[in-house]
Amino acid sequence: MKNKNRLMENAIHGIFLMLGLITVGCVLLITVYLVISGIPAVREIGIFNFLFGKKWASTAAQPQYGILPFILTSIYGTAGAILVGVPIGFMTAVYLSKIAPPKVKTVIETAVSLLAGIPSVVYGLVGMMVLVPGIRIAFHIPDGASLLAAIIVLAIMILPSIIKVSLTALEAVPKEYEDASLALGATPIETYFRVSVPAAKSGIAAAVVLGVGRAIGEAMAIMMVAGNAPNMPKMFQSVRFLTTAVASEMSYAADGSLQKQALFSIALVLFLFIMLINAMLNFFLKRSKEK
Amino acid sequence: MKKFVTFIAISALALAAMTGCGKTESGTVSTDGSTSMEKVIGALGEAFEESNSGITFTYNPTGSGSGITAVAEGRCDIGLSSRNLKEEEKAQGLTETVLALDGIAVIVNPENPVNDLDLETIGKIYMGEITNWKDIGGNDLEIVLIGREAGSGTRDGFESITGTEDACQYRQELTSTGDVITTVAGNPAAIGYASLASVKETVKPLSVGGIVPSEETVKDGSYVVQRPFVLVTKSDTKLSAAAQKFFDYITSSEANEIISSAGAVPVN
Repeated sequence: MKNKNRLMENAIHGIFLMLGLITVGCVLLITVYLVISGIPAVREIGIFNFLFGKKWASTAAQPQYGILPFILTSIYGTAGAILVGVPIGFMTAVYLSKIAPPKVKTVIETAVSLLAGIPSVVYGLVGMMVLVPGIRIAFHIPDGASLLAAIIVLAIMILPSIIKVSLTALEAVPKEYEDASLALGATPIETYFRVSVPAAKSGIAAAVVLGVGRAIGEAMAIMMVAGNAPNMPKMFQSVRFLTTAVASEMSYAADGSLQKQALFSIALVLFLFIMLINAMLNFFLKRSKEK
Repeated sequence: MKKFVTFIAISALALAAMTGCGKTESGTVSTDGSTSMEKVIGALGEAFEESNSGITFTYNPTGSGSGITAVAEGRCDIGLSSRNLKEEEKAQGLTETVLALDGIAVIVNPENPVNDLDLETIGKIYMGEITNWKDIGGNDLEIVLIGREAGSGTRDGFESITGTEDACQYRQELTSTGDVITTVAGNPAAIGYASLASVKETVKPLSVGGIVPSEETVKDGSYVVQRPFVLVTKSDTKLSAAAQKFFDYITSSEANEIISSAGAVPVN
């Protein structure tokens, strides 16, 4: 009887282990596939020409495969979205967790959840119909499809994840910390920013990571508002991101052509970027904890 | 276990879908080539399969050049090209049959007072030599060039007709006809191009050299921004029975309605 039980236990352990390994397997599969299909084009084009080439003309008679404009655009776009989105999201989270009356809190939290549920193509569509013409009129430029439009759309898209994760972190701060601070004569606002926020630091950093991850990986919404011309990034110029570079040409690139292989290489670069960002933030999080 | 079986089944399906231009056996028609013809040939293939249940139709969207090579090497029954064959290709023993014509409309915002441009001016606009609408009879607005992404059949067709290959100074490269139309409809300074069949009232198609684009002017050749959809076959080898049946069907007047509803102008 006991033996049978143990066998059962072991079997279930085995099944759970296998289920757990599915995720690991997927990550490995994607990594290996990307590396294998991304390397040949980089070899053929030359890593320096590929990463630092300023011109992308994949279907020209003399094709050129430089992805520096895409890399810079992705970096600027993500940084811009973080600069706009993080302060708004962070302040909203502080307000919701510490100041807002319960009714207001419920309304705002519901709105945030709804915002998170909107598909990215809808963001793109609204951006295309409202934001792009709006930017054109507001700044008196010939066309509104630009890095700025992309940054605004991305900033709105990352708001829900930043608000939700920061909110959870702020609400997890023990009440005693705040009570002690208040008892020592600090004002409520001083308490929130000097006591609660530092205590929730790692959670807020995690919120920023999530924001960066979502912003750098977004393709659909960006494709509809950024214009997609492979220019070097400028605020009011049409730009192409790493994600949109892959998405917009993949459907037409012939199998086995250098163009298709180069698109895989772009995907590989994007993948490495995301890995790098994750590793960097993990490192910072760990250090702040050790302190 | 069930999962595994499903996985195998899906893989098999995926593999079957990827083989595309396989070997030609009785009962299959394989086509290979132009991505622009996807809609037309897809609709025709579907209708054909419906009335000939024993015959399987396949289409491999690789591009006009690859399609011509594939038929020359005997890797498929019928090659699909959205341009006429070159002399050297005909010399390889290939025959072209025009299936349909596809008009490309040059579109602007309805607020734009410009109604007509000639081909040369359109080329100059797209190459960035003319940058303001006031130079060609419009308002004082900087021209915003809207185009399609690299590899698109419409872009390829437009650029080769206007002689602007690889020289277009696009402001926006959009990934679908619908996006081009929406963008042009929303910007009074924009100019774009789209397949004639998809043009809606939200934008204004320009006449080119005085000729208004329409099914008639495309068909009689007076509207010049157009390209043929060509079926490429080998001159010296006979098609298999199934392929011949398909070929006869799509070049008959029966297929005209399907071709029109897929957005092209039938010629047979």
